[in-house]
Amino acid sequence: MDAIYWPSVFFLIFGALACGFALAVLLSANIVRMAFYLVMSLAATAGLFFLAGQEFVGAMQLLIYVGGTLVLLIFGVMLTSQERFVNMKTLAGDWVIGMIAGGALLSLLTAAAFSVPEWRGPERAAVENLPIEPNATPIGMGLLGARVDQIGAPADERAGMAGYLFPFEIVSVHLLVVLIGAAYLARAKRRSNPLPTG
Amino acid sequence: MTSSLLANLLTEPPGVAHYMTVGAVMFVCGAMCMATKRNALGVLMGIELVLNGANLNFIAFGSKYLDNGGPQLGLDGSLIALFVIVLAAAEAAVALAIALNFYNNHDSIDVDRADQLQG
Repeated sequence: MDAIYWPSVFFLIFGALACGFALAVLLSANIVRMAFYLVMSLAATAGLFFLAGQEFVGAMQLLIYVGGTLVLLIFGVMLTSQERFVNMKTLAGDWVIGMIAGGALLSLLTAAAFSVPEWRGPERAAVENLPIEPNATPIGMGLLGARVDQIGAPADERAGMAGYLFPFEIVSVHLLVVLIGAAYLARAKRRSNPLPTG
Repeated sequence: MTSSLLANLLTEPPGVAHYMTVGAVMFVCGAMCMATKRNALGVLMGIELVLNGANLNFIAFGSKYLDNGGPQLGLDGSLIALFVIVLAAAEAAVALAIALNFYNNHDSIDVDRADQLQG
């Protein structure tokens, strides 16, 4: 029997955590617990990103998603957590229909994933000899418009591989516009007289 | 059969299909959250789960450590994953603002009560 390949062990741990907490989000009826389970599920997903060798994306997942977006969601939970909204039970009929549709979709996706031979795991010897190279620099250069990972490709192939400077600009302005709009939408209502008297 | 599969998982590297399975579980959980939760914030959490399940596939196809000779996204996979993360943050901010507005106006967060447009 071969020696244990430790990245696979960590994949099993993080994958089980991500799937288990995602199921817990689905099955829990308490909105506060759902928020906590979602934090754990997304953190385990960041662990899977690290295991795939994408350490920059994993770090961004932890910083933006777990640190930013979910704190926002938890604020939303706190601002709306009246007694009658904390526990909202799903109707039994919805459960039955949802389980049928979800189970069908899950079996279809899993069968499709394992039906392609190239998508099964690579040989152990091939992976163990791969050089370890951090990918933060290629990602940063790609966002600036320079694809350093495609530097060896012939010129006619590189013509279609522009960098990501333009999408980066668009997504930056989009985020700014969206945050201003959200702040405008969620502002506190002034119900009292805008010109106080006396 | 099951024990040999588990031993295989412990001694061989995981592939794209394993990542896609985890992503599929998260996607289905999120889609069912969106369909069955009555709290508007629960629906939002389902959307986050769906986006993460999709992101996991982009990461898996962009990773050279999971590559077994199939088509690869390379650096594009991680860049698209970054864009998805940023857009998910923007989406969560707007959706939360809408949910808070709805809560202020209707004194409820139940999505079944949001039926004014139907009349």
